[in-house]
Amino acid sequence: MSDENDEKGCQCGKGVTRRQFLTSIGVGGIAVAASGSLGEQREASAAVIKSGETIKVSLNINGKTHRLLVEPRWSLLYVLREELGLTGTKVGCERGECGACTVLINDVPRYACMTLAVEAEGTEITTLEGLMHGEKLGAVQQAFLEHDALQCGYCTPGQIMAVEGLLRKTSDPLLDEIRHGVSGNLCRCGAYANIFKAAKRAGELKRGGGGS
Amino acid sequence: MSEPDHGLYYLRGIPVPETPLPDKNLQPWGKTEVIGEPLPRVDAYERVSGSAVYPSDIILPNMLYAAIVGCPHPHATVQSVDTSAAEKMPGVRAIITGSSPESDLSWIYSNDMKTKLFDHNCRFEGEAVAAVAADSIYRAWDAVRAIKVTYTILPFVTDELKALAADSQAIHTGGNKVKTEKYSRGDVEKGFAEADLVLEDTYRSECELHTPAELHGCVAQWNGDRLTIWQSTQGVYSIQARVAEIMGLPLSKVRVIGHYMGGGFGSKLQADKFTIIAAVLAKKAACPVKLFLTREETLLAAGNRPPASMRLKAGVKLDGTLTALDFSCTATGGAYPVGGTNFIDWLVKDLYLCPNVRTETTDVYINAGPARPFRAPGHPQGSWALEQMLDSLAEKIGMDPVELRLQNIPSHSQARPGNPPYTTTGLRECLIEGAKAFGWREARSQTAKTKDSGHLRRGVGMASALWVAGGGGPPSTVIVKLFSDGSVSLNMGASDIGTGTKTIMAMVISEELGVKPGVIQIEHADTGTTQYATPSGGSKTVPTESPAVRTAAVHVKQQLFALAAEDLKTDVSSLTLRADAVVSQKDPDRQIKIKDISGLKKRGVVVGFGYRGPNPEGKVVNPFAAQFCEVEVNIKSGEVTILRFLGAHDSGRVMNRLTFDCQVFGGITMGIGFGMTEARILDHNQTGKMVNRNWHDYKIPTAMDVPADMVALPIEPDDREANTTGAKGLGEPVTIPTAAAIANAVYNAVGVRITGTPINPLQLCNALAVLRKEG
Repeated sequence: MSDENDEKGCQCGKGVTRRQFLTSIGVGGIAVAASGSLGEQREASAAVIKSGETIKVSLNINGKTHRLLVEPRWSLLYVLREELGLTGTKVGCERGECGACTVLINDVPRYACMTLAVEAEGTEITTLEGLMHGEKLGAVQQAFLEHDALQCGYCTPGQIMAVEGLLRKTSDPLLDEIRHGVSGNLCRCGAYANIFKAAKRAGELKRGGGGS
Repeated sequence: MSEPDHGLYYLRGIPVPETPLPDKNLQPWGKTEVIGEPLPRVDAYERVSGSAVYPSDIILPNMLYAAIVGCPHPHATVQSVDTSAAEKMPGVRAIITGSSPESDLSWIYSNDMKTKLFDHNCRFEGEAVAAVAADSIYRAWDAVRAIKVTYTILPFVTDELKALAADSQAIHTGGNKVKTEKYSRGDVEKGFAEADLVLEDTYRSECELHTPAELHGCVAQWNGDRLTIWQSTQGVYSIQARVAEIMGLPLSKVRVIGHYMGGGFGSKLQADKFTIIAAVLAKKAACPVKLFLTREETLLAAGNRPPASMRLKAGVKLDGTLTALDFSCTATGGAYPVGGTNFIDWLVKDLYLCPNVRTETTDVYINAGPARPFRAPGHPQGSWALEQMLDSLAEKIGMDPVELRLQNIPSHSQARPGNPPYTTTGLRECLIEGAKAFGWREARSQTAKTKDSGHLRRGVGMASALWVAGGGGPPSTVIVKLFSDGSVSLNMGASDIGTGTKTIMAMVISEELGVKPGVIQIEHADTGTTQYATPSGGSKTVPTESPAVRTAAVHVKQQLFALAAEDLKTDVSSLTLRADAVVSQKDPDRQIKIKDISGLKKRGVVVGFGYRGPNPEGKVVNPFAAQFCEVEVNIKSGEVTILRFLGAHDSGRVMNRLTFDCQVFGGITMGIGFGMTEARILDHNQTGKMVNRNWHDYKIPTAMDVPADMVALPIEPDDREANTTGAKGLGEPVTIPTAAAIANAVYNAVGVRITGTPINPLQLCNALAVLRKEG
């Protein structure tokens, strides 16, 4: 099929042609580069950064501001783990399939491997470490401990963050909502059945029922 | 035939020392106080808080990141490797190839199959060709992409059923056949002649990939000529032995640490090529090096459960007596001789009473990543064939599938020379108690009633199993230390691979010494500081280590009583422990708190040693299982929803009810993957490459694919012979019968027998269409 046919054929919805669509994607890309990579104070003409060059970013992680130099291609996952030593966030696939690297960005679960560090500037990032109250476990962490919702524990931080995100939106989720809430988080040890129980329990703990 | 308990896969190729006999034979426990309780893991805090440091979390000062150039072809020879551009790139600190003097080392695929570390013969996609260390992982990959490798591309064969054809490319000199093994007992032809019914069918199980959550990898650091490796592994001592052998180092200069690890399932039992590569790069760059494979690399080259094409013919009398079993199979361990058919016929030979059995298995080479032991090697494949056949036989003779199995329960191992008895055979109880708890009869008659209504059809199915190992055994050495305040530490070389080993050992100590599990410090999985242990595989860690730990704790207790007796001026034999005090049973007024015992105060610490004694002579210690499930099949879409699962497991004494349940659920979940979603797909016709090399296309079960209604039912025969804790293995039997139970439930629901994994909508729709045409 040629482009021409595509454009003719596409009478759908808002009438965006393939060419227009591509153009808008292009504009979107530039917009991200301008606001994300460079920060608002920078000139648009500085958009091209060579491989290996770093730029300044400021990241708000667990309520603390970290100012650091990053390559624009660095993922948030790489920066969290290897630059900041926040290794509670795990690495599983680096292509948005397993959820081991799940963090909250503005309270919403996101894959840190699919998020560039520069994209995350200006957001509130919460990692597993951010759920702790000092040395004390947060509600979701406590529920995972009680219900043995883990085996090797490697996907666990991501599962906990997914449940935390779910509970921030839905305080008393149904089983189906819990399933969907952690459906983007693979557990090869197969602790799902206990993860469902832990999520339910975490909701109770957060609502102040029968727990710390 | 060799005795299968010796030279088991988790010990293959590593020197295994003997440990002394324990000095005292302990009596088995009676009723226990701590053992068997549902206790949260002693390291759960570390695992849920993020403070546990897994090998992939290690960050050392001045650490570099490494990446591997992998062969993109299934079969090729390396002509040249041009690293000139990569060497000039910023941040690149070391590059090694097949012609670097540092990497002129051999690699051991098996005792009689060695290659070079970077061999010019690449026999599978993903084989290592060169490696780079740079100051960030991004720069390491930049350099990998800049390395130019010239290959001579060779013809390939990736379909094991074509590997033995005359015109197939030979992967090794000598052809593509690894071996054919034959077994026979009784007279199979006579057995078929005696049968009232003989059935024959072919079965196929696809290649399953381990794909644990934590990637395979390590961090390597040199201090002069001393090498330290942090690796995500199931066994630190096996890595130490292999690294020392390949690099020509004394064992004492290779320290391997593996405190936490993110899953292995058999794929992390031994050293990997990357272990050596990381060490060589670290030496060359004079910096620590972190080398973790990518997910794609682990799917290509870090092991698999071999695909198997099986044929099974079975004879049965109308009363349910099995008269003959005849099994043959072709499977492949990939491009190297690593056991593609290991244990694949074991269940056929040993699960049910049958006087006449013949098996023949052929292992062939193909151009694909070498297999590794995968959770109960061979068993789920054999179960897929045998347990579906039992279901077919039961239907044809009009007998309940549970009843048919109950007719053929063995009391001894028929496949081992001399037919030794099992210490306990919980199979009968697994079947009876499991069926009862599941509501088997009711569910079965319910599904029969609703056969033809609507497009959603319910079915129930079951399958049973045993696991060839799981009794554990020597060697094992552990040390238990009692501090002057009564708190305790355990020193044990074994890894806790997520099964809760550490927690169970703390409970064993608690049972003997009264101290709470939470105040026991556990030092483990470190060749520099902990005692020798074999890798955690074969479902043998708890039955191996727990008797040794118990012995060490008792050794501590004996010494403590001797010290207390001096203070109490009484006879040692009358003393017992009550909470935190030593008490005379004769005269309860005579007691002393542990922390007040003057001899303990003086010595500061009491040290107890524990060795693992031998298993009972002439007997076999095996776990048994039966699993039951209910499914709902959408006959329009071919989708199968698993509604509930029950696993009845005789794994001896339940050590921790919480981790017991978690293991059962986990094994069922992995079995759901094997049966319903997982299959490595190779492009046999055009490129020979793997098509689904990521978690998007290679589908493991998600939270959407498993039932929330899962029940673990422990069957605890009082096994006083197995070992002094009565524990048998659990981790592997829990995944053996799952897939076959699902296939049987699907058959019960819609009347089509899916003999090839995975049972996905495409396959099921095709089968239902055929049924409709025929029907």
